[in-house]
Amino acid sequence: MENFKLPKTGRRSFLKSTGQLLIGFNLFPLAFCNQKENEVSASMYSGIPERPHLGKDIIDSWIRLDADGHVTVLTGKQELGQEIRTALMQIAAEELDVSFDICHIINGDTGQTPNEGYTAGSNSVEGSGSAIRQAAAEAKYFLMQEASRKLEVSIDKLNVKDGVITGPKGEKISYWQLLEGRFLEGEITGEAPIKSPETHNIVGKSFQRPEIMDMVLGKPHFVHDLRFTGMLHARVIHPPTYGAKLRAFDTETISQMTGVEKVIIDGSFIAVVAKREYQAIKAWKKVQEIAEWEIQKIGISQTEIFGDMDRNSNSPQEVEKHPNIKSAISKSSKTLKSTYQKPYTMHGSTGPGCAVAKWDAQNLTVWSPTQGVYPLQNTLSNLFDLEKEKIRCIGMPGSGCYGHNSADDVSAEAALIAKHLPETHIRLQWMRENEHQWEPYGSAMQISLEAGLNDSGKITSWQTKIWSDTHSTRPNGKAGHYVSARHLENPFEFQKGGFSGGSYRNASPLYKIPERELLLYNYDGPLRTSALRGLGAYGNIFALESFMDELAALADVDPFEFRINNLDNGRAIAVIKTLREKCNWEKRDKSGQVGYGLAFAQYKNSAAYFAVLAEIEMIEGNEKFKLKNLTSVIDAGQCINPDGLKNQTEGGMIQSASWTILEAVQYDENGITSKDWNSYPIMRTKDVPDIEVHIINRPEEKPLGAGEAA
Amino acid sequence: MKSIDFHINGKKKSFEVDPEEPLLYILRDEFHLSGAKFGCGLQQCGACMVLVDGESRPTCLSPCENFEGKTIETIEGLQKDNKLHTVQKAFVDLQAAQCGYCLNGMVISAVSLLRNNQNPSEEEIKDALDQVICRCGTHSRFIKAVKSASNPK
Repeated sequence: MENFKLPKTGRRSFLKSTGQLLIGFNLFPLAFCNQKENEVSASMYSGIPERPHLGKDIIDSWIRLDADGHVTVLTGKQELGQEIRTALMQIAAEELDVSFDICHIINGDTGQTPNEGYTAGSNSVEGSGSAIRQAAAEAKYFLMQEASRKLEVSIDKLNVKDGVITGPKGEKISYWQLLEGRFLEGEITGEAPIKSPETHNIVGKSFQRPEIMDMVLGKPHFVHDLRFTGMLHARVIHPPTYGAKLRAFDTETISQMTGVEKVIIDGSFIAVVAKREYQAIKAWKKVQEIAEWEIQKIGISQTEIFGDMDRNSNSPQEVEKHPNIKSAISKSSKTLKSTYQKPYTMHGSTGPGCAVAKWDAQNLTVWSPTQGVYPLQNTLSNLFDLEKEKIRCIGMPGSGCYGHNSADDVSAEAALIAKHLPETHIRLQWMRENEHQWEPYGSAMQISLEAGLNDSGKITSWQTKIWSDTHSTRPNGKAGHYVSARHLENPFEFQKGGFSGGSYRNASPLYKIPERELLLYNYDGPLRTSALRGLGAYGNIFALESFMDELAALADVDPFEFRINNLDNGRAIAVIKTLREKCNWEKRDKSGQVGYGLAFAQYKNSAAYFAVLAEIEMIEGNEKFKLKNLTSVIDAGQCINPDGLKNQTEGGMIQSASWTILEAVQYDENGITSKDWNSYPIMRTKDVPDIEVHIINRPEEKPLGAGEAA
Repeated sequence: MKSIDFHINGKKKSFEVDPEEPLLYILRDEFHLSGAKFGCGLQQCGACMVLVDGESRPTCLSPCENFEGKTIETIEGLQKDNKLHTVQKAFVDLQAAQCGYCLNGMVISAVSLLRNNQNPSEEEIKDALDQVICRCGTHSRFIKAVKSASNPK
């Protein structure tokens, strides 16, 4: 019984002192949990009492059986529309031998869940999934031992189904009867047996996401939908361009407007707070009309950017060194050189950033759509010079973010504003142009490739040169990474870091190439950049795989065959071969009216394998192209939820097609001119191609995240 | 301020409001109907769509007084007698959502289409959903869901 302890009251004192239970939350029964009604369960699930987690090596931090007949899974990862909740609940249900319907999940909340950093890099299934699998296995192992003692039956004679343990003579006891309300505070020892994949009957099957039902019914779901008694609405007025300084602003005009409760000016940071949302918007508009700014011009124009990369980058970082790659290439029988350019692209979330913040005495609570509640807590601690323990960050679903978008900025700004109005919930939502103009973009990139082939169509030598700005400026503890923290009277300095890693993601070809070099030119560009889905991988794979098609043509070899000939990785070859078969490559349209593009990658050269064929048709008298079809094959190892995996992959395919065909952030010397969906068009339904995704399931392999594979 | 009569989801209610205030904020804050979302505030993305006399219309810009006397249905009002609307059911069956922020606009556009045209072609479906921005790339599932709702098996 050593493993069971009642929680020490001290652990709860923080929650008590902040007093942050959700008042006025009657619109939201169990906002943070999936509420599912299950006929067989003894009682309706009404959530579990909040308590802080006790460390990542304790079962209770991941799996809780507090509620009679229900399982609550905890994860530090956020649901970003990538269906992580369903996949993690499936893993827990499988390992615990309970029905999926009695599982519920709580996502990132510094007051409750483990610290799992950021939800990024397609790591959640691998990371959180494996922790939850371990914890669930450990919980079951422990409960089986308990049952064995209680029923006086040896453990190998016990069976378990739906959380009920049965002995050979029909003796029965459920997990919940065994626990009698105690917590699973045992350590995760790694000794508990993990179920072998062939016995799986929940993992590997498609389960519906419970929240989709809520969404079609229009129920509150997003951070945007939070409503608290006495809550006020805020809007923030960002400067017209990077580095602009507020020169003059008549606050009187704004404070006299109907409903306006507060006008905040701190250096060049301006915010308005009003009773009604529309009143805040009216004030926001008025501020834009009357505020006078000292503009700092953007020096490098859109047309000069790639030339500027050539001229103004530092000497390259040698990611893969070669003594003399130029000479190796020139000795080949055939050589080819191409340069590819990618403009700045947006996350372009459908819903603008939104967060709610409240200060009580010295304690701050923020409801945020962030990708990482603990990093947010760290950075707010830096911003307000306040102990972390006094800050609680509660993760809430936001509009899909696809990386580091406005979510952290808006959370920090809500907290900055709320500080001026203690004891009041402040809901800040960005306007569309805040989002378009101020989110950190995916960096512009230039990729120059040169390679040599031998007479049998094998690649002998290869050089990659990449020019890119940083792909990561996440505010991981540094307040200067929040745009508005730089605009304060006492500004926080922004130190751009995070160069390199993300920029050359997937730049090193997975192909067997004996002689190779990879050079990275870190470039300090004019626009704000950070992590956008796949980081540098999108630009690098676009270049690398376009170049592979060109090399195949030079070698006069079929593009599928050319790739297979230059690979020695079995799983890579399998996705390419499967794609060839699924897209009826032999029977393709050879009329000349249809063009084909093939691409293959293993994400991060270490995660999911993916191959796609794009079919492009000439239309309108051969003057325009239309993307007609995308067919793909993915191997993400052990597949947890096939339909979820397909959904993510389809989304990645359409999003990257949109980037490729339609998108480029527009700007001039006075700032960003892509302010809305007309000035930054993205793919809409009419332009969406037919999509087909095929899965190669490998239950014996570890599951791999797939959010960025496509 | 002006007293305005709203007919929303079969109910009539009057509010003292700023007649210029767009309907979206009245729906979300007075009626507690948060299905319609703010996406752009510029009538470009469709996140805020409701049915006005049966047609899908944005609510983020147009003053609320323009909706007086009109029949308004929101996504919350589609379910009748605890039974999902065929479009809602199709979206659930096909798991047509990722983040779900655009779902309101997609569902409302689909319902509006199917009321006028019970057997739309793929082109007509694409046309009807084109007014709604989806960034997750769930479009192909939305199209399939609307097809399936138009021919319920």
